[in-house]
Amino acid sequence: MATTTRTVEVALGTAGVDSDGRAVRTPMTVTENGSVTTLEPPAMGVAPELAGEHMLINIGPQHPATHGVLRLVLELDGETVVRCVPHIGYLHCGFEKIGEYRQYNQVIPWTDREDYLNSIGNNVAFSIGAERLFGVEVPPRCTVLRVIAMELSRIISHLVWLGTTCIDLGAFTPFLWSFQERENVYNLLESWVGARLTTSATRVGGMAADIPEGWTDQLRHFIRTFPKTVDECDRMLTKNGIWIGRTTALGVMSADEAINYGLSGPMLRASGVAYDVRKDFPYLDYETYDFDVPVGSNGDVYDRFLVRVEELRQSTRILAQAVDRLPDGPVNSSDHRVILPPKSRAMSDMESMIHHFKQVMEGPRPPIGEVYVPVESPKGEKGYYFVSDGTAKPVRWRIRPPSYVNLSAIAKMVEGHLLSDVIAINASIDIVMGEIDR
Amino acid sequence: MNVPFSPVLPGSANPGAPAPATPRNLPQRGGEPNPSAAAIAAKFGKSFLRTEVVWGETNVYIQASAVSEIIRWLHDDASQQYDYLSDVTAVEFRDPEQPLEVVWHLRSLPYRRFLRVKVSLDKRVKLEVDSVWPIYKAANWLERECFDMFGITFNGHPDLRRILMWESYREGFPLRKDFPLRGRFSRAEQLRQALSITTEGRYSMEELSVAQAFEDLPDDMRRRLAGGERTGE
Repeated sequence: MATTTRTVEVALGTAGVDSDGRAVRTPMTVTENGSVTTLEPPAMGVAPELAGEHMLINIGPQHPATHGVLRLVLELDGETVVRCVPHIGYLHCGFEKIGEYRQYNQVIPWTDREDYLNSIGNNVAFSIGAERLFGVEVPPRCTVLRVIAMELSRIISHLVWLGTTCIDLGAFTPFLWSFQERENVYNLLESWVGARLTTSATRVGGMAADIPEGWTDQLRHFIRTFPKTVDECDRMLTKNGIWIGRTTALGVMSADEAINYGLSGPMLRASGVAYDVRKDFPYLDYETYDFDVPVGSNGDVYDRFLVRVEELRQSTRILAQAVDRLPDGPVNSSDHRVILPPKSRAMSDMESMIHHFKQVMEGPRPPIGEVYVPVESPKGEKGYYFVSDGTAKPVRWRIRPPSYVNLSAIAKMVEGHLLSDVIAINASIDIVMGEIDR
Repeated sequence: MNVPFSPVLPGSANPGAPAPATPRNLPQRGGEPNPSAAAIAAKFGKSFLRTEVVWGETNVYIQASAVSEIIRWLHDDASQQYDYLSDVTAVEFRDPEQPLEVVWHLRSLPYRRFLRVKVSLDKRVKLEVDSVWPIYKAANWLERECFDMFGITFNGHPDLRRILMWESYREGFPLRKDFPLRGRFSRAEQLRQALSITTEGRYSMEELSVAQAFEDLPDDMRRRLAGGERTGE
C-alpha cells in the first residue's frame, strides 16, 4: 500500500449551512488514491438515549487556546455546546480613564499596549485622529511612512494569528514559518524606532523618527522574500484535508448577521460583506493605492483564514507601492502648535520661543470639538473617538475596539458546535485581550 | 459544496466611497451636513433637538425618549439604511453643570454614511435610555460597557451586567468625572476586598442554575468545594 501521497486534493469551498440556518459539518474520508471525499453530513441533534444532564465547563482565563485572559463558561450537552457565557475584564487597566489625565502625545504609549500585536498601527491611528481634531496636516513623506507602518503591523498581526491558530488546531510548522517572518518585521521596526513591540512611533503632527539610511532596501528585501512564506503556508493549509475538516462550516455568520452583530475586518469580509475602511472611508491616501479586498462567501472559520492569507499578499502589494512612492522631505508638520520648533530658533526667535514654552508647559491644545476616526486595523474597524473641551487633555478618549465587538458574537457562533470546535472558532476571531479589556 | 471562494474584489476603490476626510477639505465647524439629519428633523420634528457639523461629521441631538424610535427608523428606512452600529459610548464633561451625553455612532454601509446621534441626560436624575439591542445585536457588549463605566441603564437590554469590572465591584462607575483616577477606596481597602472575594462570585446566578450537577458530585469533591478550599495554589 502506497503511503507517499499524503498531500490531498479537495475542492475549495465550504459546506455552509443547511435550510434551517444551522452549520453543517462535513466529515471527510480519504479514498484509496489519497484524495479526500466528503461523506453525507450526519443528522444534527443528540440521540435521545444519550441526552442527559448538561455539564458546565470552564475554559480559561489561564488557557493557552483562549489567546489571553478570556474565560468561557460553556454548558455542554454531551460534547455539544448548548450555551456559552464569555467573561472578560481580567486585563482591564482603564486606558480610557488614564487618557483623560494625559496630554495627547502622552497617550501614544498607551496605544502600544492596547492591541499589542498592532502597536505601530495604533500609534498611527491615534495620530490621525488627534491631527484631525487639531486641524493639522502632515507632510507627504510622513503619510507614506505611516502607510508602511500600518501595513507592516497588519502583516505582524496576521502572522501571529496564522501561527497561533495553526498551533491551536495541531499544526506546528506554519507557526515557525510565520513567526520567523514576524521576526523580520520586528527587526525592521527596531531599526526604525528602536523598539520592537512598544513602538510609540508617531507624534501628533509627525513621526518620532525618520527611517534610517538603507532602511528601504531592507524593506524591499522583505517585500521580495515574504510572499514565498505566504505561499508556503498557503500550500500547507489551503488544500489540506485536516485543516479543511477542522475549519469548514464552523462558526458561520451570514452577511446580515455579521453586519447586525457589528463584526468588522476579516470577520465581516469572510461573510461576504465588502467593507474595508481603507476603501470606504479612506485615510492616509489609501484611495490612491491599488489593492484588492478579499471577500469570502460562507463566513466560516475557513473563509476567515483565506481572507487573512489574501490580506497578507495585498499588504505586501501596498508596501511595494508605498516604498516606490516614498518622497523626500520632512516627516514632521511645520505647524508649531503641535511640533516643537528647532532648538536654535527657540533660542533666537521670539515666536518660536513662545511656541516652545507653550508646548512644553501646557501641551498642545486642540480647539473645542470632537472627532471619530476609524481605521482598518488587522482585527477590523478600530476607531478613536476624541472629545476636546479646548484644554490640553481630552475630555474623552474612546477606543472602539474591533475584537471586543467581534468577540461579543462568540456565544452565537459556538452554540451547536463541539467543544473542540470552540477553540477553532475562538481562534478565528483573532482576539487580543489587551484591546478587549483596555 | 456551494459557491467557491472569491478571493478578490476588482478595482482600486469602491465607486461610492466619499472623498477622503482630511483637514485640507474640512472646516472645523459647518460644512455639508449628512442628509439624514434633515430627514430626522422632518420626520420627528418634536424629538429632534438640533444638529451641528464638527470636522465634517454630523451630530444629531435627539430627545432621550425617542432614541429607540428614531434609531429603528434609521435602521429600517430604505432611504437611510444605517445597518451598522459602530459604537455606543458616553461622554461626561469636566463642567459638572453640563449634562452627560450618550453617543451612538451609526454607519450606513449601502450609502457609505456616518452619523453621530446624541442624547443629553440630566445627571441629577437616574441615567437611563432605551437600549438599541433589539435593533443591533452589536449593542450587547457596548451597552454593557457603558453601563459598567458610566452607570447608564439601558432599558430593554437583555443582560445588563458589569463587563470589564467584576460583578461585586462596589467603587462606582470608573469613567465618571467624580471618580478619582486611583479609585474610590484606599489601596488597603482595595486589597482587602480583592483577597476576600469568592471565586464563585464570578459566576452569575444564571450560570449557577445550570450547575445543578453539584448534587451529583462525589462526597469528597462536594465537601472540598463547599468548604471554599483552594486547590492548585
